[in-house]
Amino acid sequence: MERFVNKKSIRAAKVVLDMAQRGIREYDAKRMLARYLPEYLNDFSYKGEVALVGPETDLEALAAANPWLKTGRLVVKPDQLFGKRGKHGLVLLDASWEGVKKYLKENMGAEVVVGGTSGRLTHFLIERFIPHKEEFYVAISSDRDGDNIFFSTEGGVGVEESWDRVVQIHVDILEGIKSPDIRSQLPAALGEKKLDQIERFLRALYRFYAETGFTYIEINPFTFQDGAIVPLDMVAKLDDAEEYWQRKRWQGIEFPEPFGRRLSREELFIKDLDSKTGASLKLTILNPNGRVWTMVAGGGASVIFADTICDLGNASEMANYGEYSGDPNTEETYHYTRTILDLMTRERHPRGKVLLIGGAIANFTDVANTFKGVVMALKEYQEKLKASGVKIYVRRGGPNYEVGLKLMRDLGEMLGVPIEVYGPETHMTRIVPLALGGASS
Amino acid sequence: MSRKGYVLFDRNTRALIYGYQTNAIQRMLDFDYICKREVPSISAVINPNRAGIHKAFWGTKEILLPMYKTTAAAAKAHPEADVMVNFASHRSAFETTMEALEVPTIGTVAVIAEGVPERQSRVMAATARKLEKMILGPATVGGMAAGAFRIGNTAGTIDNIIASRLYRPGCVGFVSKSGGMLNEAFNIISRNSSGIYEGVAIGGDRYPGSTMLDHILRYERNPEIKMIACLGELGGEDEYRIIAALKEGKIKKPLVAWVTGTCSPVLPASVQFGHAGAKADTKKETAQAKNDAFREAGAYVPCTFDDYGKVIAQVYGILKAKGEVQDVVEPEVPRLPLDYSKALATGAIRRPTTFICTITDDRGEELLYAGKRLSDVLDQRMGIGGVIGLLWFKKELPDYAAQFIELVLQIVADHGPAVSGAHNAIVASCAGKDLISSLCSGLLTIGPRFGGAIDDAAREFKSARESGLSPEQFVNEMKKKGINIPGIGHKIKSVKNPDKRVQLLIGYAKRNFPSTELLNYAIQVEQLTTAKKGNLILNVDGCIGILFLDLMSSCGAFTKEEIDEVVRLGYLNGLFALGRSIGLIGHILDQKRLGARLYRHPAEDIAYMMPSSDEIQCKRS
Repeated sequence: MERFVNKKSIRAAKVVLDMAQRGIREYDAKRMLARYLPEYLNDFSYKGEVALVGPETDLEALAAANPWLKTGRLVVKPDQLFGKRGKHGLVLLDASWEGVKKYLKENMGAEVVVGGTSGRLTHFLIERFIPHKEEFYVAISSDRDGDNIFFSTEGGVGVEESWDRVVQIHVDILEGIKSPDIRSQLPAALGEKKLDQIERFLRALYRFYAETGFTYIEINPFTFQDGAIVPLDMVAKLDDAEEYWQRKRWQGIEFPEPFGRRLSREELFIKDLDSKTGASLKLTILNPNGRVWTMVAGGGASVIFADTICDLGNASEMANYGEYSGDPNTEETYHYTRTILDLMTRERHPRGKVLLIGGAIANFTDVANTFKGVVMALKEYQEKLKASGVKIYVRRGGPNYEVGLKLMRDLGEMLGVPIEVYGPETHMTRIVPLALGGASS
Repeated sequence: MSRKGYVLFDRNTRALIYGYQTNAIQRMLDFDYICKREVPSISAVINPNRAGIHKAFWGTKEILLPMYKTTAAAAKAHPEADVMVNFASHRSAFETTMEALEVPTIGTVAVIAEGVPERQSRVMAATARKLEKMILGPATVGGMAAGAFRIGNTAGTIDNIIASRLYRPGCVGFVSKSGGMLNEAFNIISRNSSGIYEGVAIGGDRYPGSTMLDHILRYERNPEIKMIACLGELGGEDEYRIIAALKEGKIKKPLVAWVTGTCSPVLPASVQFGHAGAKADTKKETAQAKNDAFREAGAYVPCTFDDYGKVIAQVYGILKAKGEVQDVVEPEVPRLPLDYSKALATGAIRRPTTFICTITDDRGEELLYAGKRLSDVLDQRMGIGGVIGLLWFKKELPDYAAQFIELVLQIVADHGPAVSGAHNAIVASCAGKDLISSLCSGLLTIGPRFGGAIDDAAREFKSARESGLSPEQFVNEMKKKGINIPGIGHKIKSVKNPDKRVQLLIGYAKRNFPSTELLNYAIQVEQLTTAKKGNLILNVDGCIGILFLDLMSSCGAFTKEEIDEVVRLGYLNGLFALGRSIGLIGHILDQKRLGARLYRHPAEDIAYMMPSSDEIQCKRS
């Protein structure tokens, strides 16, 4: 949802949870800015007077801890990793504490649709209202060769329309911020004093960005109040791989879930299982009534199985996406399998359902061993699998795969559930067309 | 370097391994062996914790690999190594890689760690570009040149390497982002062409050290490689660099390409694929757009991944028809000896064991004492006595028996600083020796004259009674033999000044044991001996030994043979050694706490009596 700095790449509302780059709340971004930017810019006087309201927040206690809430004029807006809040009428400006409380009462828990994604409002940022005329734009993003600072004197909601007037300063990854000449690129019309102030601000913000683990910062707009720079609206992402080095500055920062997606009971269960193990267990339910269910080992292979289902024209029948990898133990694979079997045997499908137990050739994981938990779950669901007319297709390779595949083949006979089993001699995704019909092995 | 610039690895490539990854090291050497390399691909190991040597297998033989603490030292001693395989964790991957890049003799670094921060990755990549060096990774298993060189764990087990014919070069250069699909790609390519010449995974991160294009251009320049295959991902611009190179005519060899992630439009926006780099921000970065662009630029692109192998076979067929490639005559692959542990696990071999253990098993999820789970031992409050029952006698003793053992341990725990055991321990401790040495010094005094009479007493009284000797006959017989009866007599204690410890033991036994026959016999003996001399009482050693025999024969848990064995093997002195260790440790700690200095025995307490000069003269006859 955040505005992307390249005008061409501004895209439809789409919040992507990224493994390495993770969005943080405006509340946290502004507090970090207030706390650490002065280390690089000694006259930066922004105090970071911000307050976060969640579903459980006691407003009176909040006001007691932040006395400014009751003394000045305020702004309140959702703080849930999506932008264009003004456009959606979700920002209350120039409000009293009473006004803020009324707004919160009306909006806390409200269901809203933002850029096609519907979700519930749960977190709000309250800060001082700053009357202003000037709106400046600054953003920093990264690419392979370095970082880019974007600056414009025409910030605010209209920055995208006047993108050709945005100044772009490239900072080489090895050279750093000392080398680029910033001053000459800034509009001279700003005047000596502001030119100096903004140049120093950009250099300091860059160092803050680079040394605090950010991968994206956008302050749009910032303004001047009594000659000092004040950020009004801020978006930021961190590289979560920096956690080891940034423990002190991040102070256990929370990475909120992207706006909108609410997890089902089964997805939550797998997420919880995943969080408790060194292995990886992922599950997303796409269509609980779908015909094609997958249980694929490995991140790379799981994408390719899903691709092949879609590429063969069965996207609408794809029931789930997920993967298990990193050597989960028998209990974990049992629970993972059981969750999928439970979901897929709830409703019958006129053409019968299929389960693809797939995977590439494993490196060192014992295939027969990983099938143990799968076998346990399949045995448990024997009757339901038969009742729902489920057909199972297995394809896997790697250490001890012959034993693993025989285990599955024998199980099919024992349970009276059709299980077709293939090894590395068969192309990895061949079981997809076989299961969907219309292909011969 | 005599090697051409486009060749990263050949049959002479030597590597330094950063990190003491013994499995990966062995896997590289095993690969070398089945490729019939003349020299191992590893020159040395860098282990920040220890310098020295690492012993590894080379076929059936063993070889020594030198091990250094720093990259600088390893590189100085092994200038022939131009590859570093860096197994450092994500916390130290950056420093170690930067250090390696600065070493002039190292040209390629493979960074295995996952979770390296993006800024660090970018600095590493830019530094490598500046120095005209190559980085593979981060977040990769690495790659391999078939029949020549393998990075770490690439391509999995030897079985898989043989199945995918990676022990000899084929004609296909392969590159992917994902390391997880490398085995599968090698398998597909080997089934549909003459196989892999070289295959690498650049790693799934957003900013890999080298790009897919870097490797494709190397493959283009390598005359041994006849066709190129790549497996991209949605997200990022990397594939478009390849497409641009295709359009500019920089890639002339046939290129089979597929970009994974075509399912992404169907998935909810927040679903994250396996890799940090896999995220399509714009329409241009989707898998569909990239596959279309590849197709348009003249690459061979299947309709689905399911046809990836078919397209490779098709391209290989065209090259073969043109006579540009030939099927490979398979060389004989040396059989790799089976690892002992693996062979054992499969039941293929057997070997007599050297040791037997019948009391403890630490192999399972929970420790077993004589087959009993430790948690049950604790739940049932078996105590020290119960544990001794399990570990010494392999029996669950009745409570009163276990408590008797504990009573014995408490009674013998200490007997003051003057007795020889405590004295020795104290002297050793004062000499500055550590706890264990001082304890051993004290324990070494336990024997026939100090604390070691328990077994002897038990043995003598048992044999006397079993051979039907009356107490009188026993006393007389011992006197005839000139042996003091073990367990009788005390330095200080006497009939008038009885040993409280003995009274406590006897009291417990009378209250709890089903029978105390041997004790009764011993008391009759004591009546005879004390009649002669007041201090010839049943002492604490004798009392413990005799009561233990009564316990064993009356509690029902021991057969006669077992009782004989306990006496024969000297179990019972163990009770004294164990109990008294408590006191000895106490004395040692006491001295240490007090800061006691070296003890020197006063000279006036020693009678110095030198032999005369005559006495030491050897007499010549």
